[in-house]
Amino acid sequence: MSSADLTSERDLTPERETSAKGDIAPERDGPRDTGMDDASLHRWLARTWRTPPGIIGALSSVDHKVIARRYLITAFLFLCLGGLNAVVMRVQLSGPRRGLVGPDLYNQLFTMHGVTMMFLFAVPIVQATGIYLVPLMVGTRNIAFPRLNAFSYWIYVSGGLFAWVSFALAMAPDVGWFAYVPLSGPEYGPGKRADVWAQMITYTEVSSLAVAVATIVTVFKQRAPGMSLDKIPLYVWALLVTSFVVVFAMPAVMITSTFLILDRLVGTHIFNPAEGGDALLFQHLFWFFGHPEVYIIFLPATGMVSAIIPAFARRPAFGHLGLVLSLIAVGFLSFGLWVHHMFAIGLPKLGASFFTASSMLIAIPNGVQIFCWLATLWDGRPVIRTPVLFVFGFFFTFVIGGLTGVMLASVPLDLQVHDTYFVVAHFHYVLIGGSVFPLLAAAYFWFPKITGRMMSERLGRWHFWLAMIGFNAAFFPMHIVGLWGMPRRVYTYPAELGWGNINLFISAGAVLFFLSFVLFAFNLVHGALRGAPAGDNPWDAGTLEWATSSPPPSYNFARIPVVTNVEPLWAERGALPVATGLRVDVRELLVSTVAEAYPDIREKSATPSIWPLFAAIAVGATFLYSIFTPWAIVWGAAPIAVTLVGWFWPKGDPEDEE
Amino acid sequence: MNQSPALDLAGLPTFGHGPRSPTWWGTLGFMALEGMGFALAAGAYLYLVTLWPNWRLSAPVPNHWPGTIVTLLLVVSLVPNHLLNRYAKQCAMGPVRIGMVVMSLLGLAPLVVRWFEFPALNIYWDTNAYGSMLWVLLGLHTTHLITDVGDTIVLTVLMFTHHGYSGRRFGDVGDNAFYWDFVVLTWIPIYLLIYWLPRLG
Repeated sequence: MSSADLTSERDLTPERETSAKGDIAPERDGPRDTGMDDASLHRWLARTWRTPPGIIGALSSVDHKVIARRYLITAFLFLCLGGLNAVVMRVQLSGPRRGLVGPDLYNQLFTMHGVTMMFLFAVPIVQATGIYLVPLMVGTRNIAFPRLNAFSYWIYVSGGLFAWVSFALAMAPDVGWFAYVPLSGPEYGPGKRADVWAQMITYTEVSSLAVAVATIVTVFKQRAPGMSLDKIPLYVWALLVTSFVVVFAMPAVMITSTFLILDRLVGTHIFNPAEGGDALLFQHLFWFFGHPEVYIIFLPATGMVSAIIPAFARRPAFGHLGLVLSLIAVGFLSFGLWVHHMFAIGLPKLGASFFTASSMLIAIPNGVQIFCWLATLWDGRPVIRTPVLFVFGFFFTFVIGGLTGVMLASVPLDLQVHDTYFVVAHFHYVLIGGSVFPLLAAAYFWFPKITGRMMSERLGRWHFWLAMIGFNAAFFPMHIVGLWGMPRRVYTYPAELGWGNINLFISAGAVLFFLSFVLFAFNLVHGALRGAPAGDNPWDAGTLEWATSSPPPSYNFARIPVVTNVEPLWAERGALPVATGLRVDVRELLVSTVAEAYPDIREKSATPSIWPLFAAIAVGATFLYSIFTPWAIVWGAAPIAVTLVGWFWPKGDPEDEE
Repeated sequence: MNQSPALDLAGLPTFGHGPRSPTWWGTLGFMALEGMGFALAAGAYLYLVTLWPNWRLSAPVPNHWPGTIVTLLLVVSLVPNHLLNRYAKQCAMGPVRIGMVVMSLLGLAPLVVRWFEFPALNIYWDTNAYGSMLWVLLGLHTTHLITDVGDTIVLTVLMFTHHGYSGRRFGDVGDNAFYWDFVVLTWIPIYLLIYWLPRLG
């Protein structure tokens, strides 16, 4: 492709005329990268794009890689906390009538485990991976709306702190991660525990909605020239579809939690059947979010697999178009399944059949993806390294979870095993198999890019086998004990039921699985401190994130790459074609057209700012206060408005003015 | 990795209006998710309507006049809003300043009338679920109205400072006009649900 193709007359010339007119100050032109030698170019860009030094500087950072690193570390800490919840529960359940924890603490434990894993670990960590990788993969210098991105992190941290401080004060939610009414309603949920659930949801959803919008706009408008829709990497497609699912699913849970807190706080009757409301409305609204939520976690994981397999199979993904269409199909279908979480409420027959059919239908695009990956491996010359082992672990585990999913889609079977450990086994196979194993694969795969060092391959293999054996030992027997009738969410069981031995075995597996994460944490730290230097592209992969140094500089790319192929680095082995002409004294990046990625605008990207942190504090304090009085919204509005004005008011940087 | 220059971006403009600008797409994204919130709240309301045969639950019908006046004000405001958008595209400072003042006033006017809408519902939020849903729907839209009017006023002030003489700011004015369309558009179904649906039953 020549540069003339990318700046065709029909796209640019007429617009250039209109933008020169009008009452605007002339652009103060600065030095451009055209013809600049590499050393000066790096010096200029490093100065322009750096995160300021000092504590205020660190808190003001808008670099997508800095924010993503914070997200990743925070989400990993929440994974550890949620995991510890699980370990305590497993110790309690390892034998009949153990007295480690009582029923009240147990209720908080399983609620915190679910809430932490879903809202504080799974969703943030897949989005954080996207925040780090998407701008690099599409060849731009920062995410769209960098300050909104920074804001989302602070809101997420305050939501997580809010939940865990509540837990430390023994006022953590104790109503299950989906907090059904009437149990969580004003009548049966005294105290502030259910309010903590409702507001904690609001924090984390605000944060993930903000990230979703930033991701969509980055993918639509900031792709490197030439990266037309058919050349977008599969991982980026996965994040794009996921972000759309977030945009249309997350409002449902915000509405649910807002309705709940209104019922509890100001006495509305939305979920109160005695006054014209309806308790099942809660379930509908919650699962309208809750089912897509599974795919919000799963789709990015499939994107990771689609990025890892070609790199190690040494060929582009088989069926690129099929994989993209499957992602989109899963995104749509994920909205048609929610009622299968509610088969036990007594549905009309036609409704049950519809949701059974749609639940089985979604297996088709997922199956297409799995066969495309297998074909890629079949036709390639696979190199088996730790990321690939975890991908195999994903295949094995997720397929089992998928099979029990098809079983549960059938109403008679679902009614039999409803609320038993069979369901617990099913969704842990789906979530850990479908999301955590790909995430671990991704950790080994992209760790060298993030830190510049390799993780230990030997420890990685130990980690894999320990995780596989531990996971299956912990969760496979749950299918059996579930079929025997053991209900979930009970803090103990009598010895006469004969569930003691199998539960001891499950607990041993859980401990083994937990130890595998301890080994993983050690490998992470060891790799970051002592790992072998990685170089730019240790796996010889083909997408753009490997075209820059490891770790990438603050500006990502010295010059914006020009894309000619879906695996640009494999297509351009000699020299990467790049674009020139951007200013280097201000944060300038390229905005391109949505479908064809023709270069369109030299856009300024936002400079570091402390205001997103202040805005997050104002918003967070308002949410916190609002569990005590509705007036919080009124009093909170003023500081929120002030911080938002501070955020958007131009400070005289060229980035603001031109 | 070695690089070979293949494309020159030096001649590109530094801002663009409408779908050319990332901010426009961001605004569209927020409209999508807020629109989804409206749709779900309306869906929840309709779900309850179908559930109870005697909907309105023996409450008096709401007085539609304040709501109707708000509707008329909002619809009328679309005309200056679109003129303003056109001037913003031309980056014409004089008319844009006038337009921003007009739009700030046309944002405040429905807010004033909105104050009288809540009592005109003729029911409190804690009387029954019908009252709750009416207050929720009206409250949801009022929140949008307040935020957008606040945003418009801040932007108006900004356009009277030297910061206004920038392509980006004119782009912001365009996006603000775009968002106002959304605020007006979402009101129409909510207006019908609040004031006219109860009259059907």
